[in-house]
Amino acid sequence: MDALINGLYGIPLLGLVFQLAGYLVAVIPPMAPIILRSATPLALGAMCGVCCERSGVVNIGIEGTMLASAFAGWVVGIALAPMLGGAATPLFGLTLPLLIALVAALTVALVISALHAWLSISVRADQIISGTIINIAAFGVTGYLNTLISKSSPTSAGSFALFTPPKELSNLPVVGWLFDMFFNQGPIAMSVLILVVGLQIWLFRSRWGLRTRAVGEHPKAAETVGIDVIRLRYRNVLIGGLFAGLAGAYLSMEATNSFQAGMTAGRGFIALAAMIVGRWTPIGAFGAALLFAAFLSIGQAINFAPPGGDLGTIMTAVPAQVYDSLPYIVTIIVLAGVVGRSVAPAADGQPYERESAT
Amino acid sequence: MSAATGARPPFSAARLARSAWSVVALPLVSILLSFVVGAAIILVSQLLVPNQRFDWALPITAYHALITGAFGSFDGLVATLVATAPLIFGGLSVALGFKAGLFNIGAQGQFLVGALGSVYIGVIISGAPSVVAIPLAVLAAIAAGALWGFIPGILKAWSGAHEVVTTIMLNYVAVAFLAAAVSGPLKVPGSPAPVTYDVGNAAFPVFLGRTGHLGILLALVFVALIWWLLYRTTWGFEIRTVGANPDAARYAGMHPRVVTVFTMTGCGVLAGLAGSSVLLGVTHTMTSSFGTTVGFDSISVALLARSNPIGIIFAAILFGAMRAGAPLMQIQAQIPVELVDVLQATILLFLVASPVLRRLFRLRGVQSGLGSTETIARTYGGEATVR
Repeated sequence: MDALINGLYGIPLLGLVFQLAGYLVAVIPPMAPIILRSATPLALGAMCGVCCERSGVVNIGIEGTMLASAFAGWVVGIALAPMLGGAATPLFGLTLPLLIALVAALTVALVISALHAWLSISVRADQIISGTIINIAAFGVTGYLNTLISKSSPTSAGSFALFTPPKELSNLPVVGWLFDMFFNQGPIAMSVLILVVGLQIWLFRSRWGLRTRAVGEHPKAAETVGIDVIRLRYRNVLIGGLFAGLAGAYLSMEATNSFQAGMTAGRGFIALAAMIVGRWTPIGAFGAALLFAAFLSIGQAINFAPPGGDLGTIMTAVPAQVYDSLPYIVTIIVLAGVVGRSVAPAADGQPYERESAT
Repeated sequence: MSAATGARPPFSAARLARSAWSVVALPLVSILLSFVVGAAIILVSQLLVPNQRFDWALPITAYHALITGAFGSFDGLVATLVATAPLIFGGLSVALGFKAGLFNIGAQGQFLVGALGSVYIGVIISGAPSVVAIPLAVLAAIAAGALWGFIPGILKAWSGAHEVVTTIMLNYVAVAFLAAAVSGPLKVPGSPAPVTYDVGNAAFPVFLGRTGHLGILLALVFVALIWWLLYRTTWGFEIRTVGANPDAARYAGMHPRVVTVFTMTGCGVLAGLAGSSVLLGVTHTMTSSFGTTVGFDSISVALLARSNPIGIIFAAILFGAMRAGAPLMQIQAQIPVELVDVLQATILLFLVASPVLRRLFRLRGVQSGLGSTETIARTYGGEATVR
């Protein structure tokens, strides 16, 4: 077996491909929990996109919504930690301040989504511009307040703790790493799979889902059979906002326990790309998010433990910054390759004007 | 579209004033309202800083410092103009895209690669006479920016990948490339911090005060150039037609795909020039933290000016003044410079909500907020592929 592998690795040029495959097989299982962690905000952001765009509202303000709710969760945690601080419970290190901070993050996301919904549904403004304004405003307001608050270097309320799956499960041969991937996680990352599958079922197997898709494809026809287009769009944008808020809370309360200005770093936009690549379906978007996250993690893996042989020499010769840009380049390539066959909801981005009853 | 065309035959001062008012009313109201909102934010946010006496006059102190910093002295005035120059280029870049129904959020990345191109060539030929060095360094910025605009253009035209996502991704790629270049091949050997050599003779000459450089004049030249391109050439007509209605443009024998690629490349060129005006005019070297808010301010400039090249001058001066005055505001009133972003976002918010504003303030016969940009969202999703 070893002789065969070494033989394959030795083939000029083609051998590099085998070396890469071997490296990925060796590296991905131990990194799987990290990959899911970096996929979590992308997947949740993409769920926000699916909820909005399936009903015909483009939301490029996901980035700003995430940033604002990450900030809200952090700030509320800071404010409450000295008053309500208590011992962390064994389950996910949950404390009362953390719980209230999570609610605050979701509330802020709801408020921002309501603004986007109002601008794009009621005012019938350009939805892309409305989203851009949300991004600029979120960046400005959080940066402004962050500078003020950080003057007194406050202590945060901490973060959700990881759950450790039992050793018997994660040590299982072949599938053990999958248990590790999905259960060696905090509460938000762990809930992603459930939320994705739930939304998929909801969207394609429920009355609400059917109505959402109808409104996104042909609002006029939907209105004719008695669906309230305006109300449904409002509701979907608000539900989408909850997903973006959860993604933001994840960044400042589970992945880290602090907030930095602009900490979303384009995740909201990668989430949009994941949604498009996943053809506006929750499970597809989740798969795309995992793919992007894998590229994000592989760059770190190469810095940390580069492969041996010719492949290793090539990989370590490339500057580290190039690996940082890898997920973005992959996003562009996949988007360009896939989008032609990926069709958006027909009424996506178009304001709906109810015909006056005459 | 512009005030001038509305008031041509027969000339009357009253009509000119009326048509000027119809153009500037909404932006003015939006700007004033945003300063009111900003004042409220300044007041409320005082509560967040512990051990600070509540000061009712803080907004006035802050705005006074902001205005003094931007217009209060000759040096301040020049600093405003220096901050305005890249915003004019950037604003033109975003506006050109808007005219063709494209949303170029990638001005930031094009700005960065433009500056990178300038510093790369500028350092190589820093010893050559300025007459040769400056044009070559500027051309390098144009070429780099063009490439960074061409990529999303060609992707949009032939695969339908939406430019909102691809240009944002390219922004991050540009940041990574810049960091790799400055800490690698372009780094001054032996220097502890990643920094490039000075561009030497390729730097823009200063003609106004201590910092007012050639880029300011260059920006004004490009305003005229873009205006001429858009309203006096066949290309400009095609760009505007494709932006207004790609199907009609195709029936008229135009090629929306080619126009899309051409326009995005032009957007990249303009944003690249913004980069060269900062690098050759202000910093002269590049560090790994090179990067400003120009790219995103440019979006605000183009929106506030409703993509009108002449309007862009005024919008750029407004935002340039805010950027130039913000440091003094931070020193004198301890207000973080990010307040400028907040003000920008609120201005745009009021512009976008213009139907509501018009009802609220009874502004009749006034042009709507973002009229010329209403076509952008339509190119998203369902009609993503330009045929």
